[in-house]
Amino acid sequence: MKEIVVISGKGGTGKTSITASFAILGGKNIVVADCDVDAADMHLLLQPDWNFSEDFFSGVAAEIDQDKCIKCGKCADVCRFNAIPIVEKKYVVNDLNCEGCGFCFHVCPRDAISMIEQNVGKWFISNTKAENHMVHAALKIGADNSGKLVAKVKKEAKQIAVSEEKAFIIVDGSPGIGCPVVSSLSGADYAILVTEPSVSGIHDLKRVYELVKKFKIPAACIINKADINTDVTAQIKAFLDEENIIHLVDLPYDETFTKAMTAGKTIIEFGESEMKKLVENSWRKIKELLTDKQKRSSPS
Amino acid sequence: MKIAIASGKGGTGKTTLSTNLALFLSEKQAVILTDLDVEEPNSGLFINGKLIHQEDKFKMIPSWKKENCTLCGNCQKVCNFNAIIKLGKRIMTFPELCHSCFACSELCPTKSLPMIPQKMGELKHFSLENLDFIESKLDIGQEQAVPLIAKTLDYIDQKFGNNIIKLFDAPPGTSCPVIEATKDADFIILVTEPTPFGLHDLKLAVDTMKALKKNFAVVINRFGIGNNGVIDYCKSEEVKILAKLPNYRHIAELYSRGESIYQHIPIFKTELQKIADHIIKLQTGVAK
Ligand code: SF4
Ligand code: SF4
Ligand code: SF4
Ligand code: SF4
Repeated sequence: MKEIVVISGKGGTGKTSITASFAILGGKNIVVADCDVDAADMHLLLQPDWNFSEDFFSGVAAEIDQDKCIKCGKCADVCRFNAIPIVEKKYVVNDLNCEGCGFCFHVCPRDAISMIEQNVGKWFISNTKAENHMVHAALKIGADNSGKLVAKVKKEAKQIAVSEEKAFIIVDGSPGIGCPVVSSLSGADYAILVTEPSVSGIHDLKRVYELVKKFKIPAACIINKADINTDVTAQIKAFLDEENIIHLVDLPYDETFTKAMTAGKTIIEFGESEMKKLVENSWRKIKELLTDKQKRSSPS
Repeated sequence: MKIAIASGKGGTGKTTLSTNLALFLSEKQAVILTDLDVEEPNSGLFINGKLIHQEDKFKMIPSWKKENCTLCGNCQKVCNFNAIIKLGKRIMTFPELCHSCFACSELCPTKSLPMIPQKMGELKHFSLENLDFIESKLDIGQEQAVPLIAKTLDYIDQKFGNNIIKLFDAPPGTSCPVIEATKDADFIILVTEPTPFGLHDLKLAVDTMKALKKNFAVVINRFGIGNNGVIDYCKSEEVKILAKLPNYRHIAELYSRGESIYQHIPIFKTELQKIADHIIKLQTGVAK
């Protein structure tokens, strides 16, 4: 079983639309994991049935029992996050600021502070229209710990893939280079980088690839809207060459993706198009890359 | 006056709007633009200012001094982030997991864990005629954006007074980094696209702003693609739509080259003017 993570660094490169297309093409052979938990969108294309759901608890936040509190102010003194303001002459915890470090809890002379586990969201296992399972999640607004929720989604997806002997897990990764994307990448076998030829696209591609390199994960790249700026596309290709990243495909600037998405479909289900062929070819290549690389060490 | 430009997801045109609005407003008055998307700061690619100041930003992490340590293990016990552990006769720290809460350090009975600065990123300050541009960039391998965002906001507060217009290009999403970037803002502009993805993410962003009790309005980017979902939603939720930025291939091309858009596309400028008018109303207290 191989885990493929699709990431882009910056948003808006078409990453989710492409990942969802792979999910359709992979069909029964794969498990899908939507790790963009902060703004999960893949369900809009794969139409999961939300079959199973569970609350996800992670991290803690302080709570002050006003009956026990003697207003000594020690908690507010030690808190480095300004999370204990005085409101109407009482020390109260501001949930948005509290990092859950527990320092206040340790210094309170009256045991007036408890650390309460936080419900930060929900995670789901669904059946999708591609006849596969999808593990996905919804983070609560303003919640911390998206990295942990990502790790949970991946772990559950892996379990399903192992027990049902699937060939691939396809992970829609998180944007940025922070904790959620670090979680998305850890343990992955292959990274697919989706980029676009703009000054910001190439900038973010290079940044996110530095992270991929740290994890020593082999990578391939899809250049979306490749014809919008041929100069930058050439620069991207030079970068891919330099770094030994496999160039999978150039996709043209084409609003068919958006049209398909508006209809709740992937490009694969939206009639015949040049774009569809290109995406199908990429998926075929990815499968080849993964089976060659690993010399068929596992069933696929 | 602080105005944050945010969106539920990335790639909706947040940076396009931030940079173009900043340049446009600066034709008439002084403006500060700050890129708070510290994981992937992009605004600087569109603003060619002169670098006038640069500084490394640090976070505090514990460093172990073994001389007096009794290996009591208290530090490991109090750390809620597994950032410090006792391993045999050693204390190991994991700076990338540390939240700089100081608990291990100050609760260590033998004072064996002084806090020391560790570089987490850098801040750059650029200047153009009427526009100051500040960007911070998180070092690769650092996982937490929030401390760097907080430090960047401190820099802005110290450097500039309250009357000037401060635009903040916020990170994408609805989790901790975007809360940090928007919680002090007087007004939030939510950028979205008229597609099902855009609508879904806009709903999350609107819920976030409502939870924060923020004054906000929407700008629709790439108007003309997709469907009417976003407009219908804004109507039913009574959310004000400030402007509708057009969708042309030419815009994507200008953007790809890092060029400003409003100087080439008149209708884009007209729409920016609508946003500027609203900001002026907010400043003078006419609009709420
Ligand atoms: S748990 Fe930490 S962040 Fe939260 S209130 Fe207590 S000291 Fe402050
Ligand atoms: S440290 Fe405990 S007793 Fe003192 S103000 Fe805080 S909660 Fe109240
Ligand atoms: S709390 Fe201080 S003395 Fe105890 S193990 Fe940690 S560093 Fe050593
Ligand atoms: S400063 Fe806080 S988060 Fe960092 S290692 Fe110490 S206890 Fe853990």
